[in-house]
Amino acid sequence: MRIIPIQAPIAAGFSDCNEDSGEVPRMNHLPLARREFLKGSGVLMGTLATGSLLAGLAPSTVWAVELKTLSKAEGEAIMAMGRVLYPHEKLPDAVYALLAKDLDGKAAGDAAAAKTLKDGVAALNQAAGGDFTKADAARKLAIVKAMEGQPFFATVRGQCITSLYDNDMAYATFGYPGSAWEKGGYITRGFQDLKWLPEPGKAASPKADL
Amino acid sequence: MAKFATNDDSVVVIIGSGAGGGTLANELAQKGVKVVCLEAGAQQSSASFINDEWKSFSQLAWLDTRTTSGSWRVAKDFAGLPAWICKTVGGTTTHWAGASLRFQEHEFRTKTVYGTIQGTNLLDWPVTLKELAPYYARAENKMGVTRTNGIPGLPGNNNFKVMHAGAKKLGYKEVHTGNMAINSQPRDGRGRCLQLGFCFQGCKSGAKWSTLYTEIPRAEATGNFELRSECHVTRIEHNDKGLVTGVVYYDKDKKEQRQKARIVCVAGNAIETPRLLLLSASNMFKDGLANSSGQVGRNYMRHMTGSVYAAFKDPVHMYRGTTMAGIVRDEAIHNPKRGFAGGYELETLSLGVPFMAAFLNPGGWGSDFAWWMDHYTNLAGMWLVGEDMPRETNRITLNTNVKDQWGNYVPNVHFDDHDNDIAMREHAFQQGERIYQAAGAVRTFRTPPYPSTHNLGTCRMSARRQDGVCNKWGQTHDIPNLFISDGSQFTTGGAENPTLTIVTLAIRQADYIAKQMKARAI
Repeated sequence: MRIIPIQAPIAAGFSDCNEDSGEVPRMNHLPLARREFLKGSGVLMGTLATGSLLAGLAPSTVWAVELKTLSKAEGEAIMAMGRVLYPHEKLPDAVYALLAKDLDGKAAGDAAAAKTLKDGVAALNQAAGGDFTKADAARKLAIVKAMEGQPFFATVRGQCITSLYDNDMAYATFGYPGSAWEKGGYITRGFQDLKWLPEPGKAASPKADL
Repeated sequence: MAKFATNDDSVVVIIGSGAGGGTLANELAQKGVKVVCLEAGAQQSSASFINDEWKSFSQLAWLDTRTTSGSWRVAKDFAGLPAWICKTVGGTTTHWAGASLRFQEHEFRTKTVYGTIQGTNLLDWPVTLKELAPYYARAENKMGVTRTNGIPGLPGNNNFKVMHAGAKKLGYKEVHTGNMAINSQPRDGRGRCLQLGFCFQGCKSGAKWSTLYTEIPRAEATGNFELRSECHVTRIEHNDKGLVTGVVYYDKDKKEQRQKARIVCVAGNAIETPRLLLLSASNMFKDGLANSSGQVGRNYMRHMTGSVYAAFKDPVHMYRGTTMAGIVRDEAIHNPKRGFAGGYELETLSLGVPFMAAFLNPGGWGSDFAWWMDHYTNLAGMWLVGEDMPRETNRITLNTNVKDQWGNYVPNVHFDDHDNDIAMREHAFQQGERIYQAAGAVRTFRTPPYPSTHNLGTCRMSARRQDGVCNKWGQTHDIPNLFISDGSQFTTGGAENPTLTIVTLAIRQADYIAKQMKARAI
């Protein structure tokens, strides 16, 4: 699954210019380039850390995910819950944003699903005394653990399995190259390159016929 | 390809195109018998197979609604997915790993050898290893099984190196890269294994044997065979003499069709085959076809299974290369001193990141789970496969609360482990962990059984008609022109992966059917 990053040109959306000097003020945060591209209830945005493995692989270090049902705050709460369920320091926010995106997608047009999500997020926030994303790690874990067995928990946890682990960023992070046939498989690319254990010997493991 | 009229009642109709159906179809067609093969799934190819676990799963897996019940963990974690088998031309031979082991002599005589075990329905097969030996030989040659017929074993990958090192250190003797129906050299018009690592997703090099690109095209070339894919059989019909006369199916365009038949052979794998017999109940056969014994659907076996994964200090990259070319066979013997009857094999296994997340510990979460994913490149894995006990209460029934896309009751798969299964699994888990610890593992993990890839026994062979559904030829006791042609025939499961035995039985059944047809007995 690929994220299509949106590179926002500086100040492109602002046509007003009523400063005496005529200078167009430079924005100090990433503006939305074209509002009609990103409609919907909320947008999750972020960047891939410069110099990180994924920054080197991605076409752009900026990412954005559009939500249709959830608000930005609700999306961020889902992302935070994802990090409690499956905590990987090496996985960037962009991957946890996919969790929010996929749950949001399933809730579009399904009122019951949307309600479960929104009520669930509200419960997370309430348990945290206002904002789940601001609670400390131990508190977040306790809150999530207390919800085990509930439909909201099951829905989010179940979605994590594909959203977090079935995408190119996760593959790269965990060192899984994915599809192999187009590269000729592994017969000449290290399928038996392990050297820290003894060789099995020809009877057990005949030589590869190359 | 030949085209037979739907009202041609001289054809043999085979339901399913996998290890049983595909092999039977080709063997009969080679003998001049006219065959119509009805396959519910669509036709893929090495070109259309996908090296992506979830996408491939959607492409090949049987995903029609099924329900589960019983104390097995699959009913909790995968309530709608009791089995990982296929709905595609070639059946589960597209997805299988290629492990091709003969049953052991005593595994055909478990009632005699193991004795009476409470809560089981053990029974001796009505055939012996000696009778099957020539057919096993033909199957091994047909499939190109390594370490038979002068075919060298496959070269071992990193995952195998880890298993081998640990197993030898523990003192295991029979440790090698297996008897695999995967070309180690070019053979039979197919190339040799490129160690792609996506064996489960359909072999894109064709090195792994599958009826899809062997039996089916060879059958077609005879001019005696017609494959109709995306044709889902929903009923087998019979006349007032109690002989089957044909089948009803839904074609590609969802139109109901009727194909007449001289003989019907059912090879829909062990969930759909009994289901079809039950769905075909009539006034004459109120409990379903061929069910005077009441055993249709019963004695469902899925092998004692489980996996052990282990993490090491250094990388393994277990995903590189064949998924299952590696085995320890020492524990497959019957040695009741271990605390259980029957034996098990330990076979290398690898999953990609997506499936590891789904199956390592279903329902698991938190930092401990994440630790395992973080160490993915340093993991080795094995699958434990052993003989589970046939139980009358483990069975396929029609779930009268749920209907499928054609309005027919879906199958429910009920399963409870027997104490023997549990004791064997515990032993296998321990031995698997010890193997990896001997190789230097820093941590090991016990993975519970996956949705069943081996499904057996639900229309079993028996000497006496009251004990099973079919005779030593797979011919149903009640209806002489109705045959069981897949793993449903298995009286017991043995410790070995079933495909070689299914192909063996199909070759032998073809000989029998052709002879019976010539003698006009059926």
